[in-house]
Amino acid sequence: MSDAPVDYRPMWTDLGLDLEAHDLLLTAIPQLYADAYLSQQDRPEGMAYFDFVMSEIHGLRIKELVDHKAAGGTVIGTFCVYVPEEIIRALGGVSVGLCAGAEWAYDQVEQLLPRNTCALIKSAMGFKLGKVCPYVESADLVIGETTCDGKKKAWELLGEYAPVYVMELPQMKRPQDLAFWREELDRLVEKLEEVTGNTLTFEALQKATKEVNDKRRALQRLNAARAASPAPISGKDALLAVQVAFYDDVPRFTEMVNKIADELEQRVASGKGVATADAPRVLITGTPMSVPNWKVHDIVEKAGGVVVAEEMCTGSRYYDKLVSEDATTLEGAMDALAVKYLDVNCACFTPNQGRIDDVLRMAKEYKADGVLHYALQFCATYQIEATTVERSAQEAGLPVLRVDTDYSMEDVGQLSTRVEAFLEMLKA
Amino acid sequence: MRVLGLDVGSRTVDAVWLEDGAAAESAVLDAGFAPQEVAAELVARRPVDRVVATGYGRHAAAERFGADVITEIGAYALGASRLFPEARSILDIGGQDTKVILFAAGGKVADFEMNDKCAAGTGRFLEVMARAFGVDVGEMAEEAIAADGSVAVSSMCTVFAESEVIGLLHRGEPRARIARGLHEAVVRRTLSSLHRVRARPPLVFAGGGARNAALVELVAAGIGGHVLVAPDPQTVGALGAALYGAALRGAAPLHQQAPEKEDI
Repeated sequence: MSDAPVDYRPMWTDLGLDLEAHDLLLTAIPQLYADAYLSQQDRPEGMAYFDFVMSEIHGLRIKELVDHKAAGGTVIGTFCVYVPEEIIRALGGVSVGLCAGAEWAYDQVEQLLPRNTCALIKSAMGFKLGKVCPYVESADLVIGETTCDGKKKAWELLGEYAPVYVMELPQMKRPQDLAFWREELDRLVEKLEEVTGNTLTFEALQKATKEVNDKRRALQRLNAARAASPAPISGKDALLAVQVAFYDDVPRFTEMVNKIADELEQRVASGKGVATADAPRVLITGTPMSVPNWKVHDIVEKAGGVVVAEEMCTGSRYYDKLVSEDATTLEGAMDALAVKYLDVNCACFTPNQGRIDDVLRMAKEYKADGVLHYALQFCATYQIEATTVERSAQEAGLPVLRVDTDYSMEDVGQLSTRVEAFLEMLKA
Repeated sequence: MRVLGLDVGSRTVDAVWLEDGAAAESAVLDAGFAPQEVAAELVARRPVDRVVATGYGRHAAAERFGADVITEIGAYALGASRLFPEARSILDIGGQDTKVILFAAGGKVADFEMNDKCAAGTGRFLEVMARAFGVDVGEMAEEAIAADGSVAVSSMCTVFAESEVIGLLHRGEPRARIARGLHEAVVRRTLSSLHRVRARPPLVFAGGGARNAALVELVAAGIGGHVLVAPDPQTVGALGAALYGAALRGAAPLHQQAPEKEDI
């Protein structure tokens, strides 16, 4: 963390970024960040780490990846929580979540994809076509998955621009689906062994499993503190921690998040919070939010509410379940991975009662006053499942606000009115 | 206590002055291109102890006049509940948005729905269509009422519907039947919102849309019952904002109890 400014431009040029476009992006993100994050009062001191990470999001972290590659390592890009990071790490790779949280190069994207494609897919494609994501440019392999029709067809097109490997995810969770998924993990190992030149060993996989579990445990601690009233950390800050978990150095991230968790536990003990005790507490459930998509959290918290939990892939689905560390053989360790990863409750599964149960359980644990269902427009699975979520939450006495949106800012005015009215309703 | 409730909307700026809980005066002014200037004119009109702003420009008004704020949703529920204490739902068709609100006795919001970022199903939709006819909204509504039937207009997108309407005119469809079809399209969309929030009668119709006799007739037919039209429908939000302001200082309690009825 030296004070002298580092010139990353030669590195970005080597990676093949479009420097002019990239400069634009690097002007926009700090503004968004300052407006959403730095304007907050009473943030935990430990969040300074994330301020630093965000200021170096395309700098220092990329330098680390480039150095890692120079030392013979690989970088593997992913889009989804179903891709086991443990396998990537055990084979000497670094797993990075790819850029997909802002509208970028849509003019180019819409030459390939229909306009009514969800923002996540369009954005992922846009960052690649616009050559502004150093993560995807660093990646030796990009792993896609078949979690929806839009993604699985988009990967075919993305494959023309980047080395893409697609994992097939089952759509049900029966024993035969688990068996299939277990085999699919073997196929992933085979592919990653080919790309990394390394062979998967039990010891390396156990070590990686332990490290990634520790990362999840740290996030569990941080999030557990949010059950307190007043909430010791904003929803925005907690969301950021999970967003960064996708691409930061694992042991360093774990250490920093544990420090924040220590601080939050002290805050809870002394009754210190970021919002008043009567601020309406909102649980957000739905589709993932990648950096710099802080839109809905920002609206809720600027309107006087506090987000206390996220039932989403950039939330509890990322950290709430651990991989069993009890295996004694490589086979056993792979079995444990298969079981854990198939247990994530995405709307791409049918039925998906587990998600409903999680929403209701979390609403209770985090003392939520209401549920905000967040779905990206054109995401059929989540938009349809919203009906079930809404019905179940209302039956449990929880008011629900359904928000279908995208990464643009054009609906912020309308959305703010709806969110404010929802908070008025929760307060009354 | 004197309270001014201001509804700074996209098409009009509406005001209600309350004195010791009773409405003393109201006003509806065209928002023009500078709604905050129009609001300033209203603020200067009478001395008040407190200003409460609602509507699209509520936050700007809060900053400028030191007003308290309440959303349109909360304000309309309070206003409707004052005008019709037995009412349990409100439909507001405004210039740029349409909302339906289900509320308990005293105007406590239980659920609501609001259109998103497009003009489908709003007053603006009918304005654009009237322009395609070369008449004003009132004339178009009269034609719709007098029509001997209707032509289905399938597109709810304001832009596509305009092309559809022009196409229908070219095909020689009578204007009155198209006009009725357009009003039916707006009402159809509204009714599905009413069903989604499980709106209960009696239903209050407010906002500029409530001045449109064709919409009133079709909404009543759609819910199979009577619609309570606010006497001064554009000021319901401003009235609610003023009532909210009066209650903030410990005046009359906002929420009172009354029996519930079945879904619409």
